[in-house]
Amino acid sequence: MIRIGHKGLNVQADDSEQTLLEQLRSGSESAAEQIVREHISWMRGLALRIVSDGDTADDVVQDTFINAFRHIDKFKGNASLKTWLHRIVVNTALMRLRKTKRLKEQSIDDLQTEYAPQGHRLNPPTSLSATPGEILEQADLRASVLMAISQLPEAYRIVLQLRDIEELSTSEVASALQISEANVKVRLHRGRTALKTLLEPVFKDGL
Amino acid sequence: MRRMPGMITCQELDAFICDYLDGSLPPRQLKIFERHLKLCEACRAYLHGYRLTIALEKRLLATPEAPPPADVPEDLIKAILAARLVNL
Repeated sequence: MIRIGHKGLNVQADDSEQTLLEQLRSGSESAAEQIVREHISWMRGLALRIVSDGDTADDVVQDTFINAFRHIDKFKGNASLKTWLHRIVVNTALMRLRKTKRLKEQSIDDLQTEYAPQGHRLNPPTSLSATPGEILEQADLRASVLMAISQLPEAYRIVLQLRDIEELSTSEVASALQISEANVKVRLHRGRTALKTLLEPVFKDGL
Repeated sequence: MRRMPGMITCQELDAFICDYLDGSLPPRQLKIFERHLKLCEACRAYLHGYRLTIALEKRLLATPEAPPPADVPEDLIKAILAARLVNL
């Protein structure tokens, strides 16, 4: 079965990839090299986009491969190898960013929308006409967005990544994380809301 | 925005926002959701910020369309393969 997702990220491992992975699990050096050569370019590009430094990006890529090879038995082929590696690159790079900037995870509860007893918003947001492109054109704002994402607790960040980046369905995320679909929806909304709250200064100051 | 007959509150609107963006709201709920949006400026601003947040997240964390310009250094590939052997 093939699920076409965002930029083909969710395509399942095909037969040739499965064969390569079996060779890797049997200890084949050439299979490892083939995987590294096939994926390293886009992984460096992705890591560089997150950490904004070439040497750090290469460290992230190296850590990602080491991690992936060490845990290759956990990769079941429900997604493509690229999807799995993508997830590890993003996590490793965001962790690195958080460590470098000495940031801590934010409490998700403090970042939720506040409502009056009648259910209307307290502190209504300001109307904005900004586009993502306008915000990302400014390098410092780009860094602020990434730092905000890196501060989200892992349990929420992984749901955002699976739903928003890899574009898995709610039921697929529920199955991957072994939680209920209702829980996926709650985490998705709370995660997005928390991120939006963290980004509000970026939305206001940057434009 | 305060509750009126046949209307949902801002808090209730937020509970449906993921389904709305997924396009999975049933027609009746969609109508109620959109009616609230039409009348509530705060929720329109909130929805815009919410969409912007998702778009930024996607732009920064999705796989790059093109690989970085520089060639991949052979040293890096060798270091990764050597580290794999150490960690076997």
